[in-house]
Amino acid sequence: MITVTDLRKVYRQGKKEVVALDGVSLSVPKGSIHGIIGHSGAGKSTLVRCLTLLDRPTSGSVNIDGTELSSVRDSEIRAARRRIGMVFQHANLMDSRTAAGNVAHPMELVKAPKDKIRAKVAELLKLVGLEGFENAYPSQLSGGQRQRVGIARALASDPDVLLCDEPTSALDPATTDEILDLIQDLTRRLQLTVLIITHEMHVVKRVCGSVSLLSKGRVIESGPLAEVASDLDSKLARALLPLPASEPIKGALQAGPVLEILFSGDGAKEPVLTGVARHFDIDLNVLAGSVETLGGQQFGHLRVQLGDDADRDAVLGYLRSRGISAKLAGSVADEAELAEFAPADTDFAAETGDSK
Amino acid sequence: MNEIFSNPVLAKALPEAIVETLQMVGISAFFTVLIGLPLGVFLHVTVPGGLRPMPVVNRIVSDIVVNITRSIPFAILMVALIPLARLLVGTSLGPVAASVSLSIGTIPFFARLVEACLRDVHHGKIDAAQVMGSTRMQVISKVMLPESLPALVAAATTTVVTLVGYSAMAGLVGGGGLGKLAYNYGFQRFDVTVMIVTIVLIIVLVQLIQLTGEWISRSLDHR
Repeated sequence: MITVTDLRKVYRQGKKEVVALDGVSLSVPKGSIHGIIGHSGAGKSTLVRCLTLLDRPTSGSVNIDGTELSSVRDSEIRAARRRIGMVFQHANLMDSRTAAGNVAHPMELVKAPKDKIRAKVAELLKLVGLEGFENAYPSQLSGGQRQRVGIARALASDPDVLLCDEPTSALDPATTDEILDLIQDLTRRLQLTVLIITHEMHVVKRVCGSVSLLSKGRVIESGPLAEVASDLDSKLARALLPLPASEPIKGALQAGPVLEILFSGDGAKEPVLTGVARHFDIDLNVLAGSVETLGGQQFGHLRVQLGDDADRDAVLGYLRSRGISAKLAGSVADEAELAEFAPADTDFAAETGDSK
Repeated sequence: MNEIFSNPVLAKALPEAIVETLQMVGISAFFTVLIGLPLGVFLHVTVPGGLRPMPVVNRIVSDIVVNITRSIPFAILMVALIPLARLLVGTSLGPVAASVSLSIGTIPFFARLVEACLRDVHHGKIDAAQVMGSTRMQVISKVMLPESLPALVAAATTTVVTLVGYSAMAGLVGGGGLGKLAYNYGFQRFDVTVMIVTIVLIIVLVQLIQLTGEWISRSLDHR
């Protein structure tokens, strides 16, 4: 269990103060994976440096299973760090050490007995699926294998928390999934508390049980995946269930209202659209859609256009009464609303203006 | 060929000159690495933002000690250090005395090379070592030095080659060795054979050092 409370980090640049973290709070229970997503400059790297005590937070607390990390004295900082295993984007292995040597590194630091180290190294390499690669140097391993060694090394000090900083950002898609599955498997088996910092939504979708969106040093949205995904207005839902910028089908459409509909759980299984069509006796046109399984639940995100004679409020009411989030996305003729969807260089608005 | 073997200077003085040169290079290489390596590590870790920042001390050591020593031409430094050699080894003549000024001349040079080698160790490796709970000494001994070892060997090789050149200069002011032989006989007595033989020997020596250094560096490099 890791709890971060109101973490602030202010850097001084000459006379100017730069607020890198502005009151970040998180809580991740044991045995679960929490994703922290954000663009570059959002404060992800600073957060990592504060959690690993490479930088001291200006204020706030980092607490692992009841032990306060942010206020430990300098003499205890190394023992505190050993409670966090860290996986880096580029593995950061020592080129002069073999795979076994790299995994042994954290144990050598506390002068563990040689036979214990050897046994543990063998066990860890087996755990990450690298049996038989003991004597390989990092240069002889693939990117995915290097990251596996990095994970084994991170686990060598028996940490409570595994902190992964962009663990798959340097890997190809297939290897990314292998590494993510490994992290998920280890989390379950070793009852780890895992924090994954990433800029890839794919990572969050695949393994995270909960997620926080970091922006300008603040957590602006946070919660279990299924929960944030069901909120049609949240930025995370839009990123988790992205709709392509829709190129309206020119000429084929009447200028009807456009709805955004988000199904989740059981709602995703019902034939809602045909239900609407039949109930109101109107035509529907699906402009864009995306379907995902998130946190074990089915989600669907659709952008639908109704015929211009449809009573949109009645349709919205009908959908909501069936537990489906829906909202008006603006009608096709509505230039301002459409700016969000239509690429700026299309002359779409002008054309629909003519057809009115 | 016959001239080489029949040349009395070569037959008599050459073996001694070779030994003296090897002595000078060997002794000063030993002390250069012994003192230059820690000095280079110190210069690297004490920079602002380094492992153990000590900006003021770093400035003093870097600017005053290293840069000033390096800016004095070696020929002048050597002559200026004759009293120090006398103080340390009791004489200002011979290869051992020459090794004092040779070492002092090359220590700052080697320290700068070491500093550059350590700077090339990727910062992520230092971060990784710190996050796994290394002390500063452990970061130096288990990450910085082993990770830059191939580069350090290459730097030491360059330094030893430089020492061979300096040792020839040291020969002129009482150090002995091949430099003295070439100067006394080849230059002052116009004995071309002696000149050519010493040059060839020095070239062979430098080649041997360079090739050995490169071979060791390569066999240590696992990147």
